[in-house]
Amino acid sequence: MNTEVNLAGIKMKNPVTVASGTFGYGREFAEFIDLNKLGGICTKGTSLKPRAGNKPPRVYETPAGMLNAIGLQNPGVEYFMNNDLPYLKKFDTAIIVNACGSTIEDYVELAKVLNTLDIDGVELNLSCPNVKAGCLAFGTTYEGVKEVTSKVRKVLDKPLIVKLTPNVTDITMPAKGAKDAGADGVSLINTLLGMSIDIHKRRPHLANNTGGLSGPCVKPVAVRMVYQVAQAVDIPILGLGGITTGEDAIEFMLAGATAVSIGTGNFVAPDTSIKVIDGIEKYMKQYGIDDINSIVGTVQMN
Amino acid sequence: MKVNIKAKIVKKEQLKEDIYKYSIEANQIAKDAKPGQFIEIRVLDNIEPLLRRPISIYNIEKETGIVEFIFQVKGKGTEILAKREVGEELDIIGPLGYGTFEVKDYENVAIIGGGIGIFPLYELAKELKEKTNTHVHIYIGFRSKDFIVLEEEFKKVSDELTITTDDGSYGIKGFSIDELKKDAEAKTPNKIFACGPLPMLKAVQEFSISKDIPCEISLEEKMGCGIGACLGCAVKTARSPKDAPEYWHVCKAGPVFNAKDVEI
Repeated sequence: MNTEVNLAGIKMKNPVTVASGTFGYGREFAEFIDLNKLGGICTKGTSLKPRAGNKPPRVYETPAGMLNAIGLQNPGVEYFMNNDLPYLKKFDTAIIVNACGSTIEDYVELAKVLNTLDIDGVELNLSCPNVKAGCLAFGTTYEGVKEVTSKVRKVLDKPLIVKLTPNVTDITMPAKGAKDAGADGVSLINTLLGMSIDIHKRRPHLANNTGGLSGPCVKPVAVRMVYQVAQAVDIPILGLGGITTGEDAIEFMLAGATAVSIGTGNFVAPDTSIKVIDGIEKYMKQYGIDDINSIVGTVQMN
Repeated sequence: MKVNIKAKIVKKEQLKEDIYKYSIEANQIAKDAKPGQFIEIRVLDNIEPLLRRPISIYNIEKETGIVEFIFQVKGKGTEILAKREVGEELDIIGPLGYGTFEVKDYENVAIIGGGIGIFPLYELAKELKEKTNTHVHIYIGFRSKDFIVLEEEFKKVSDELTITTDDGSYGIKGFSIDELKKDAEAKTPNKIFACGPLPMLKAVQEFSISKDIPCEISLEEKMGCGIGACLGCAVKTARSPKDAPEYWHVCKAGPVFNAKDVEI
């Protein structure tokens, strides 16, 4: 039974990765699970310089989901390369660094640094809804995504995956922008922009007012978008959005994802990613599937 | 070490209409837990409600492996939790938090709490009594007589217990911090520990800093994961420059902080 996949040039022992911003740089979860079992780890969104993040409250639970407005708090790439990368390298798993910035120059400078590191790939974050500059400013249009991605592509030899925002009318447009700029793959979806109001205080629950919605409640939106992108571009897709079981992961793969990420599910139970891996194998046995790659994009539309 | 376990509920008590005390079998957590730490409880094995509930540890019985926690029903998560019964298992992660109450000889300690914030102070007082020669004066405040819980329990783990109520329906009328301030004029404590509502914590923080008394306060903030990954439960550091805030996290640096270190 083969579970090995090649995601945009990143070889992984199985199609299960953990999503950026839900897994830190791995340490917190190593107390609960064997990181060697994961196909890959998408790191916390990392920027050129450290970022403090937003004011609290930063998280709020919603029906079958949660809103967050962390604001990309991270220690910066220099700290990452000196402290977190050596730790992550101890494990036999693909390391995909989620890269974020405020300006095109930021992204390019960061990509130059990342190109020198012993990592397996870069996930270009053009989709965080919680910071004022960058990300969404580029991430919502074909032209915006193409411009940043092509400038990063020029300085980055490693596999490049562009993470897309669902907060657009047509998700295939930014996906095409990424492809045309030379990206090796796309990941989707980042969180859906949302808001929740404290009716007693008549104010939003989050200090940032709005935040990104994630968790099982967004899964059908994510599956639909993965399908649409799979029809529109021919580069590999890393699918995510509300996955908590092996069945969920299979759904994304049938829709067209080569691999998947577990995000908010990590908060619900620290071993969710391992259970997803087990669930995928169970499905393969149930249907006599020898190679997991054989199911990618095989959904039959009605 | 943190563990994710299924812990059997062995005892359940309703202390007030909306306040419950659970005793659970959690050997590993009991062995490692320190006063001030908390656990994260998945109230149902389901995706709704999605996130775990962080609840402070009230009492640790190292010999029997029993951990006790007390909570108030405040929303749908705690509502479901309050319906869980003896014999059932709870999915729990713990013990959580790195900043804990420091138990050592202090000579003269003031422990101050308000409302449902008093629960994590019990284990602290108990350990101070059992392990040190510290004189422990506990000040706990409630809204009125009807809200008072655990009076006998706190009496047993203190040398002096002062109870205040906002309306004077029991104990001394007023706020616990005011009683602490009065007593401190005659005998200044060497250390203050506090947990409770934000206005109380602010008053304790201000007092301890003005009198230069070492003080540890336990904070809470909305949490995503409880294990330091999501960076949701941010708290601003006191050393933050005005235009460049710096954040720590309740589940990582706390929940117990040195009062001088945080802006609340």
